Amino acid sequence: MIASLRAYGGLFRMRFLRGLSYRAAALAGTATQFFWGFILIMVYQAFAKAGGSPLGLSQIASYVWLQQAFLALIVVWFRDKELLSLIVTGDSAYELCRPVDAYAFWFARLAAGRLAAALLRCAPIVLVASLLPDPYRLHGPSSVPAGLAFLACLALGLLLIVAITMFAYILSVVTLSPNAAFMFAAPIYEFAAGMVIPLPFMPEGLRHVLELLPFRLCVDLPLRMYSGAIPASQAPLLLLQQALWIALLVPAGRLALGKALRSSQAAGG
Amino acid sequence: MRLLLRYLRLAAKGQLRYRSTFYLTAFAQIAMPLSLLAGISLLFARFGTLGGWSMGEALLCYGVTQVAFALAELSSRGFDNFPSILANGEFDRILVRPRGLMLQVLGSRLDLSRFGRLIVGGIVLAWAAKGSGVEWTPLKAATIALMTLCGAVVFSSLFVLGAAFAFLTTDGLELVNIFTDGGREMAQYPMSIYERWLRLFFTFVIPFACVNYLPLLFVLGRPGTGPAYALLPLAGLAFALPCLLAWRAGTRRYVSTGS
Amino acid sequence: MIQVESLRKTYLSRRRASGVGQALLSLVKPSRERIEALKDVSFSIERGEIVGYIGPNGAGKSTTIKVMCGILVPDSGVCLIKGRVPWKERAAHVAGIGVVFGQRSQLWWDVPVIDSFELLRDVYRVPGREYSASLEELVSALDLSPLLGQPARSLSLGQRMRCEMAASLLHSPDILFLDEPTIGLDAVSKLAVRAFIERANRERGVTVILTTHDMHDIEALVSRVILIGKGEILYDGGFEALVAGGRATGAGIEAVMAALYGEMGIA
Repeated sequence: MIASLRAYGGLFRMRFLRGLSYRAAALAGTATQFFWGFILIMVYQAFAKAGGSPLGLSQIASYVWLQQAFLALIVVWFRDKELLSLIVTGDSAYELCRPVDAYAFWFARLAAGRLAAALLRCAPIVLVASLLPDPYRLHGPSSVPAGLAFLACLALGLLLIVAITMFAYILSVVTLSPNAAFMFAAPIYEFAAGMVIPLPFMPEGLRHVLELLPFRLCVDLPLRMYSGAIPASQAPLLLLQQALWIALLVPAGRLALGKALRSSQAAGG
Repeated sequence: MRLLLRYLRLAAKGQLRYRSTFYLTAFAQIAMPLSLLAGISLLFARFGTLGGWSMGEALLCYGVTQVAFALAELSSRGFDNFPSILANGEFDRILVRPRGLMLQVLGSRLDLSRFGRLIVGGIVLAWAAKGSGVEWTPLKAATIALMTLCGAVVFSSLFVLGAAFAFLTTDGLELVNIFTDGGREMAQYPMSIYERWLRLFFTFVIPFACVNYLPLLFVLGRPGTGPAYALLPLAGLAFALPCLLAWRAGTRRYVSTGS
Repeated sequence: MIQVESLRKTYLSRRRASGVGQALLSLVKPSRERIEALKDVSFSIERGEIVGYIGPNGAGKSTTIKVMCGILVPDSGVCLIKGRVPWKERAAHVAGIGVVFGQRSQLWWDVPVIDSFELLRDVYRVPGREYSASLEELVSALDLSPLLGQPARSLSLGQRMRCEMAASLLHSPDILFLDEPTIGLDAVSKLAVRAFIERANRERGVTVILTTHDMHDIEALVSRVILIGKGEILYDGGFEALVAGGRATGAGIEAVMAALYGEMGIA
């Protein structure tokens, strides 16, 4: 037990350092995200200026900047390319030969990759965005409890998105075409999670439907928790909702991965 | 030309071989612009106007951008994927063949699933042509066509520029996405909603405004615009020149360093 | 046919940093290393020869081949192939050569092999009649008819290499560069590939430049070898004369070569 935990720990550390070592790529990525952030803020604010916006101008800015800062924790398309190339070449079947659980192994690997990227990228974005002039400035969390609830939701959100995207990796094992699998998943997820437009901008009926799905718990929930648009008092209930989804998706994914790996092994010859 | 058709046939054959993959990608190619479209229409449903533009007018902007981007992606994917062509040694192979380098790079990665975006963009454009309430004249229709084509040239040039950049370093290539994906994202809304510095950059450095927003003002008959605006998209062609030069410099460097 | 004189090539290679501190330092001041890939390389090859170009890993074999293919421009020196400078008249030069990189495929992965061949026909602008004659000959020589309808990805390595050989000869080049064509092949495929190289040389009069680490390739095919080490030509002549001394000790050919590389200080 301890030995296998150490194996995951070692893997986690390796991926983490790995992520840190691509500095130039990270720098370019950060610049890209600033650009996107500005575009999105200008678009939403231009709409919101017509009046009747459920999010204030500064809430829009905070929503967008946090979304950019923690992009690695909340988007589908943040992928582990090495793992995917392992899948494409059919070498993923070898994962069955290792003395560790393939699902847990992949889960740790993916979570570590996302966390490393997020930690690397969030600091410069949060720092610079909070120095910008209004209406682009990123303000602090609305209250201390809101800030804590934001972090908690983000943490569980990370586990949740890894559990969700694991299905895209499983689909890649089956189709041997990761691009297709991820491109299939991304538009559905992004719309339902509130990344195309924030959930509060949507009509009420649609919003209720999307709130039944797990996706918005990864993006919409933590970001609005931060600005106090969702009161911190609701946090325990929503965290529980996240935990339930994780408890549902992890065993399901584990089952599916095992099946997919075994059948890919049979087909591999 | 004949070679290009051959590349096209090969791409079709190869991609249709894996039906499930092809359909998944094609679905995604339709779903991505569609989810964006849904977002835009929801925003319009809620707020009614965007900086004085109606939904039909704004969708004209969106449609032109999507079609231009789809055309560029359909043809120039090879440049978008160029780092992989360099990394796996395919470029060496291209160099030992007696044909133009750009033609071969283009031909190696024709991606038919991109028709999805083209179709969505086309439908939106057709719908917006009506919904915008423009009184169409031959000149205005020709302007839209020119905007689309020159827009595709601007996007393609950016892909080529990115590929030229890949000769120098594979780190930091994500920066190119600011101008391709970012440019697409930005150009699909009327440029007037952006801050001045952004507008200036995308008019005079990368001429997205010239292939989209400015001639659209003429098409929509905004005051102070005239038929001269219909020629602005040609600025997009001027942008292609430095990108091609950069590509040439890149290939020169490649054959002198081998890396 | 091929004339190479005092070829020189130096690379500047950037060293990747290992630790975090070094990584940060390399942002400010990238450390670079000069690598002399070719110091002074000269040889000439006549029409119809089969020449083995051998040497340990990193000796400069690939660099020389790249220069001769027109992929790489040397710092100085002369390289004339059929009277042309490869990198100056790239298109005209490469139309007359065939290249096989043993570790990389030139076939389209997802489509039947025959489609790749037809693409190559259009790439090289081979006239219709010439193409069918060439194809027919290659198909029978390499026994390709059961493979033509299959996508390259479903072929075994040996089958694929046979198709690669055909793909490189469809346009009837006079010169064939083979970079480790037998790497990873099983015994049967190796023999087939060797027999075909020999035959192409004999019947089509193709000049063959072969790099390989498999000395059995050399023994089977080649009368002349050029040995390169650390960017310099160390031997140019008959293969048997090179290894005769070593063979007398009764050692196997691999051991003989290893000892030889050791003696020359290039191992």
